[in-house]
Amino acid sequence: MTDASQNYETGQHPDLPPPLSEVGILGWLKHNLFSSPLNTVMTILAIWFLWAFIPPVLDWMLFDAVWSADSRKECWALMEEPEGAACWAFIKSRFSLFIYGFYPEASRWRVDLSFVLLVLAVLPVLVDKMPGRKFGLIYAIAFPFIAGWLLVGGLGLEPVETDQFGGIMLTIIIGVTGISFSLPLGILLALGRRSSMPVLKMLSIMFIEFIRGVPLIALLFIASSMLNFFLPPGTVFDLLLRVLIMVTLFSAAYIAEVIRGGLQAIPRGQYEAADSLGLNFAKAQILIIMPQALKISIPGIVNSFIGLFKDTTLVLIIGMLDPLGIGRASLADADWSGLAREVYLFIAMFFFICCFGMARYSLYLEKKLHTGH
Amino acid sequence: MSDAVQEHEVREPATQMTVGDEVAVEMNAVHKWYGQFHVLKDINLTVNSGERIVICGPSGSGKSTLIRCINRLEVHQKGDIIVDGVKLTNDLKNIEHVRREVGMVFQAFNLFPHLTVLENCALAPIWVRNMSRDEAEEIAMQYLERVKIPEQALKYPGQLSGGQQQRVAIARSLCMSPKIMLFDEPTSALDPEMISEVLDVMVGLAESGMTMLCVTHEMGFARRVANRVMFMDGGEIIEQNDPENFFNNPQSDRTKLFLSQILHN
Ligand SMILES: Nc1ncnc2c1ncn2[C@@H]1O[C@H](COP(=O)(O)OP(=O)(O)OP(=O)(O)O)[C@@H](O)[C@H]1O
Ligand SMILES: [Mg+2]
Repeated sequence: MTDASQNYETGQHPDLPPPLSEVGILGWLKHNLFSSPLNTVMTILAIWFLWAFIPPVLDWMLFDAVWSADSRKECWALMEEPEGAACWAFIKSRFSLFIYGFYPEASRWRVDLSFVLLVLAVLPVLVDKMPGRKFGLIYAIAFPFIAGWLLVGGLGLEPVETDQFGGIMLTIIIGVTGISFSLPLGILLALGRRSSMPVLKMLSIMFIEFIRGVPLIALLFIASSMLNFFLPPGTVFDLLLRVLIMVTLFSAAYIAEVIRGGLQAIPRGQYEAADSLGLNFAKAQILIIMPQALKISIPGIVNSFIGLFKDTTLVLIIGMLDPLGIGRASLADADWSGLAREVYLFIAMFFFICCFGMARYSLYLEKKLHTGH
Repeated sequence: MSDAVQEHEVREPATQMTVGDEVAVEMNAVHKWYGQFHVLKDINLTVNSGERIVICGPSGSGKSTLIRCINRLEVHQKGDIIVDGVKLTNDLKNIEHVRREVGMVFQAFNLFPHLTVLENCALAPIWVRNMSRDEAEEIAMQYLERVKIPEQALKYPGQLSGGQQQRVAIARSLCMSPKIMLFDEPTSALDPEMISEVLDVMVGLAESGMTMLCVTHEMGFARRVANRVMFMDGGEIIEQNDPENFFNNPQSDRTKLFLSQILHN
């Protein structure tokens, strides 16, 4: 039997397994939860906290909740004590409103189809080992135009006014457009700001600093009201399109600064090596500099995207019905009023799932792109 | 300083290396300033194809600046630099031509950390020489074999030792089949035991007839392969000679002082 206390001749000591208390579950518990008196107290407090809060929350949200009813009164009548649990029946009865806004019912398949196509477009962008990724990426570039046609109509499809767009669909339209157009625009702005050409540099700085210095709400008001002053009378310039442009520009200014930070971390030697191999500016940027700068910038970029996604709720203020707007409108219904908790919790969960997903994906990307330097 | 300067044994004996009569690099009355600071002063230099020049001199004397002007990593303000028959001006076409034909190896390796060794080597042939990926990777493997690290092809630079990284950097340059190679202190960031593996590769390259300009303080290497050793100080070429005469019979006092400093400490 091998034993750590046994004597071996010098140079002959074999590799022994570590003591049992250092490995496995016991070792993990000892090192992570009970490593010091303070840590032990914190662990016990945390367990008590979870014990005290999780069961009542689960009861309220799931086990005692009412899933079908026709009004608030009916809902509360079904509970042991009124208001003692969630009334999800309300959300259920408004579910399609939350998803589609006032999009005409007969055409909602076009929204569904767009969503499926969106998932298909996002896959090749996110998963790099997908077979046929090249075609997937080409399709991803074409997707916004296909989706735009499907949603707005025309060319053989029944036209739908964009003021009928609403709910989660509107959030996703603004979020996805903002994210996918602000990244390339942000890259160009960051390069412009670091350019040695004074005019380009000045324009980039002015643009970035102007946009960063103005609240998004102000930009949205400008989009909804002031833009008409600048356009010749009689021109129709869709409000949603104006909002999309403003949100994209707003996000691009932030992305540009994040990427500029990443660019500053790239040593000069990388540019020199690229130059000395004969790569021109564009090739050096695309093949050498940007892959490294973007990698460093992933946490900041995703942070901006998450912010952008949540900021889409601000369109409420210029009268667009995003999920929050739908929620408020629904609460005005006398049959259902008083169920604000359910509405806001539902909306909060929707945003949380989307944003948490983005955060996890960014962590996965960081790990995957780590090459040991 | 003593580490970088000690003489490393260079194993293989140099075989006969021929110097052509084509001019590879020509510098005529070249001046360069950094702001007010006059770094290069009236540099005149002709390098024939197949010549191997070693440049030495104290820190800050302008050695790096000189060789970096040859592939226009630095811009000179006065005089002419003609490389492979092409005069360096602001014309991007000329600069691109020169950079295709001139390889450079840096003190800090400057490998691309996000690409594997193989990708580092195949990148420029694919994107600058428009080769197919297969062809470029085949050439990359050939050169990785020549610098004796084919087995590291799929690793990332961050996973290699300094000496291995520098050999990859040399292979990466060679994959472009350059006519001229520039080396800027390729061994001075390396631990002593890794210096000779890099020098061996450079000797092999010299024997294959490559035109080389090396900034280095490896005097063993200079004796072995150089046709000419150049001493720079204060932005001027103070003295140049064949290695035999340069080391045994230096003319200027500054050269003597410099040689005594690097050889006897
Ligand atoms: N970008 C720059 N701006 C201003 N001064 C510079 C710049 N690069 C180099 N110099 C200065 O020019 C001089 C020559 O620099 P260079 O790098 O050519 O020297 P070197 O001979 O290669 O020295 P070392 O042996 O330390 O590498 C130095 O005094 C240096 O401080
Ligand atoms: Mg130098």
